[in-house]
Amino acid sequence: MLKSLLIDPEKCTSCLQCEMACSFEHEGAFNPAKSRIKVFEFEHGRRAIPYTCTQCAEAWCLHACPVEALSRNTETGAVELDEAICVGCKVCTIACPFGTINYNADSGKVAKCDLCGGDPQCAEACPTGAITYVDANWTGLERMKQWAVKTDSQAPNQSPGA
Amino acid sequence: MSWQRKVLRVDLSDGSHKVEPLNMDWANAYLGERGLASKYLMEMMDPKTDPMAPENVLIFATGPLTGTMASTSGRYAVVTKGPLTNAIACSNSGGKFGAELKYAGYDLLILEGRSPQPVYLHIVDDRVEILPADELWGTTVWHTEEHLKAKHQNPLLKVASIGKAGESGVYYACIVNDLHRAAGRSGVGAVMGSKNLKAIAVHGTVGVRVEDPKAFMAAAKHCNDLLAESDGRKELTELGTNAMMDSMQEFGSLPTRNFREVQFEGVEKVNASAMSAPDASGHVNLITNKACFGCTIACGRIAHINEKHFTIVNRPEYRHASGGLEYETAFAFGPACGIDDIDALTFAGYMMNEHGMDPISFGVTLAAAMELYDIGALTKEQTDGIALEFGNAEALTVMAEKTGKGEGFGKELGLGSKRLCEKYGHPELFMGVKGQEFPGYDTRGLQGMGLGYATSNRGACHLKHDTFAEDMEDQSGTGKAKPCKDTQDSTAALDSTGICLFTAGSWGPEELAMMVNAACEGEWDKARMLETGERVWNLERQFNLAAGLTKADDTLPKRLLEEPAPSGTAKGKVTELDKMLPEYYALRGWTEEGVPTNETLARLGL
Amino acid sequence: MDYVVLGAGPAGVIAAETLRRMDRGGRVTLVGDEPEAPYSRMAIPYLLAETVEEEGTHLRHGAGHYDARQIELRQDRAAGIDVADARVRLEGGESLAYDKLLIATGSRPTRPPIPGMDLPGIESCWTLEDARRIIAGTREGARVVLMGAGFIGCIVLEALARRKVELTVVEMAPRMLARMMDDVGGDMIERWCEARGVAVKTGTRVEAIERNDDVLTLKLGEAGELEADLVVCATGVQPNLELLEGSGVETEFGILVDARLATNVENIHAAGDVAQGPDFSTGARAVHAIQPTASEHGRIAALNMAGRETAYRGSLSMNVLNTLGLISSSFGLWEGAEGGERAVAADREGFKYLRLEFRDDVLVGALALGLTQHVGVIRGLVQTGVRLGAWKDRLLRDPHQVMHAYLERARSRP
Repeated sequence: MLKSLLIDPEKCTSCLQCEMACSFEHEGAFNPAKSRIKVFEFEHGRRAIPYTCTQCAEAWCLHACPVEALSRNTETGAVELDEAICVGCKVCTIACPFGTINYNADSGKVAKCDLCGGDPQCAEACPTGAITYVDANWTGLERMKQWAVKTDSQAPNQSPGA
Repeated sequence: MSWQRKVLRVDLSDGSHKVEPLNMDWANAYLGERGLASKYLMEMMDPKTDPMAPENVLIFATGPLTGTMASTSGRYAVVTKGPLTNAIACSNSGGKFGAELKYAGYDLLILEGRSPQPVYLHIVDDRVEILPADELWGTTVWHTEEHLKAKHQNPLLKVASIGKAGESGVYYACIVNDLHRAAGRSGVGAVMGSKNLKAIAVHGTVGVRVEDPKAFMAAAKHCNDLLAESDGRKELTELGTNAMMDSMQEFGSLPTRNFREVQFEGVEKVNASAMSAPDASGHVNLITNKACFGCTIACGRIAHINEKHFTIVNRPEYRHASGGLEYETAFAFGPACGIDDIDALTFAGYMMNEHGMDPISFGVTLAAAMELYDIGALTKEQTDGIALEFGNAEALTVMAEKTGKGEGFGKELGLGSKRLCEKYGHPELFMGVKGQEFPGYDTRGLQGMGLGYATSNRGACHLKHDTFAEDMEDQSGTGKAKPCKDTQDSTAALDSTGICLFTAGSWGPEELAMMVNAACEGEWDKARMLETGERVWNLERQFNLAAGLTKADDTLPKRLLEEPAPSGTAKGKVTELDKMLPEYYALRGWTEEGVPTNETLARLGL
Repeated sequence: MDYVVLGAGPAGVIAAETLRRMDRGGRVTLVGDEPEAPYSRMAIPYLLAETVEEEGTHLRHGAGHYDARQIELRQDRAAGIDVADARVRLEGGESLAYDKLLIATGSRPTRPPIPGMDLPGIESCWTLEDARRIIAGTREGARVVLMGAGFIGCIVLEALARRKVELTVVEMAPRMLARMMDDVGGDMIERWCEARGVAVKTGTRVEAIERNDDVLTLKLGEAGELEADLVVCATGVQPNLELLEGSGVETEFGILVDARLATNVENIHAAGDVAQGPDFSTGARAVHAIQPTASEHGRIAALNMAGRETAYRGSLSMNVLNTLGLISSSFGLWEGAEGGERAVAADREGFKYLRLEFRDDVLVGALALGLTQHVGVIRGLVQTGVRLGAWKDRLLRDPHQVMHAYLERARSRP
């Protein structure tokens, strides 16, 4: 059963443990600037929204990559980057309509959420259950993904989007 | 590792800056944050220096655990000589600024001199710019933060700034970061203002590495789990710090009407329950809780004011959410001033954050002004036509804003309670120690708190020791000196790590040592942590003694020493400081005059 | 079913793969005219910069990738199309029968009609073979003149600068990146380049090139002369349309295709740089010679060729570029929509710039300099046409709230 990150902003306190855990897993340092998940705060902290890649079915980034550096991990469902192949052209960063694959000037490559190979550290670190890793057919997740579908032009018989 | 091993030193007088290596001998002896910054301060300046002079040094310091996954790791401390107290000032703050400063690669940011023009500091990793702040001078903290993020096109910038209060030298002006977190006490914001420094905007991408990642993650997980399971943590998450109000009321240690009384009849209108209960029109003050950086407690309250409330009915710009009441703010604006209007308290809290003032000092100063008014030492003509009567909510909100903006009687309130009471002929009405106003605990019921207040190196303070358990158990002065001294030391150690005091219910020096040991080089155990704390405490004491403070400053107002508590569990009691203080000095290894002996100094390597 | 795909660039390769997925039994032939495994021109600059080897430019990496998918790879070049017989004539002499034909022949570099442009030592930077010659001709410290500072020129510029050559850029237009940046952004990029040791001569025309011994001399009219060991020409490209002669396939700037990427001639589709297809922003048809369009075209054309009716709402013109570390991007109608509003944040000294263009309260285009995080949401907002409501006013005050606007307007209101 594929699992996905389920994000419930209502529960987010904006503590950024997720960003630290993500950067620690991927960079070996606590460094939110390099986190693949970002928490966005609104109105003096009234709301906070953790945000990362939904591993969308359309995989805009993967299709836009000119050198096949991105591929789908069939076990986790994550679209993963092969850093050795990525040339750093950044086309995926403008192709992804969710803004969840980003250029890292230090590495000269892009970076995105890879679900930590099936054990996402953000969910592990979240103290409030705002980020959980659940079965992908969870209804809340489907709701989240509706928007992704809405933007898809590539799915057959759908016209909106490009 | 864990230390960035870098100090950013800025000379505001000539606009230069340099990055120098962290003195690792000092880091090993004083850890970081409060302790390490105090050491730098002591080495860099003459303690007799006028706090508002360019020669005063202003240090922003992170700790070795700042920016790590240890819960509450967002702390930084501002250390300088405080204008409110003329003593060493150490105000720490949460929010996200501290971690960001460390992520930019610095353990300490040291500010010297005075800029000839208003400036702000823009730091992105190793790029450091001192930029003109003319267009920001005179504007609010909230405006400054929004403006700088927009100007530098960087929503990720974290900003610490002063409002007009800091610019104009309000004695208890604070430094506000992330809109509503503050290095609040002792007037550190006024020092920043005296240097013509409006703000520090920082973004860091360097990150923080720990010495032994595997051991550190295990230690942090162990400690974070301990914290998660603790009842105290749960109460802070659910109710915030204002949960304290009911306990203090029940106990009879809730300072009311400038400490004349110890219980407040309107408590149910301003306590934690009141924050989450609908008012007559269905408005609920509390929206949610939010955390500082890395914090798994999230005691911070986010609130909003009823749109129909007199404070904002014609001011739509204040209809947004912002930082809500914490216990100290609630006590200082509520019981201390006899006011039971929760929206008025919240609005005054907004004013504190927006203009950059310490709510404890402002509230307790206003309470003193209300008492002066009550006894006729102040008249309506002197207070801009506003009746400064206990219980007058409008007086609170209007004066909060006037003080922030430096208008009318607000200028007088900006002096702080000690100077105000002296000026109007009643120094005995100042409720505080070493010039700094009391927080929300009456010492006639909480004897150890009294000793802590009297001996705190930054003036009256509830955050530098913890004798609640002993105080609740026994209401005499007996047996308080040792827990007071021990927790002063452990707290000084904790304050030097980058961790929040609110973990102290779950984490002792042992847990801290476990994390520090994994994060840093060298061997850190409980004993070394406590010794470090004691060293820090004595260093601060030395600073104060060199600044001219004496045993005579380790005292409490007559009201707490001689006027018996009028009600509550401590009814009839006074604070037994005369009993506790000599015992405390002896335990500390200080002379009867409160001076550390040579043996003590030698033992601590001072 | 016989599918023939002409052109082994991204559009052609993705089309061939998609055809295979859609039609297990069909025959898929992919014709490319270069003696290389299918590769990506996007990656050539990184080969020049020596951050990748030649294999690193290949579109697909697995050994036997095409064989495994039963895609027949042919090295040849289409000479013409015989529509009546449904056959493609190849220059090699053979011809291929098709049931469905995709023209994805891409474009090729053009050179301005200037005396001396065909001299040795003047290279385009388009193919792997070009790249090999440039690598051979650029020792450290060599004097290199880059003609053209458009999108491709600037990509090449980055790569050449990394080869530590003494680099001068000559551009006819008054600013760099004239078609992807406005004056503000173009000026920032120019100053950025100059501060990093690249001489930039905008508004400068090369009138002739001469060669004496091994030294090329560029005559710049009033701007004098420039000596160079190597000239790299990146002044423009044009679609490869020659094979269409006599076919009846309609062309304008490129091959005119409809929302199904079909040409006016039955069973012939076109995709990628050679196609002039629907433009998302204008509704007109345009050539968008960019990687995302190539990949989308290839896929949608193939779906339609295989019988899966799929309408394309149009490609969004967009680019992202790294000029010596300064990242710039452009989206859609960045020059603005008629009657629309504009939000601008410009920090000329800090090299940060964000310009958002709105029609009513919908984002229709943007330019960004120095923005690397979450830049894709600009595409998301433009393409979904999300109404920004009150957030538009906030964006007018601070355009960098775009991520917040996106989260509040697009994500929470599906």
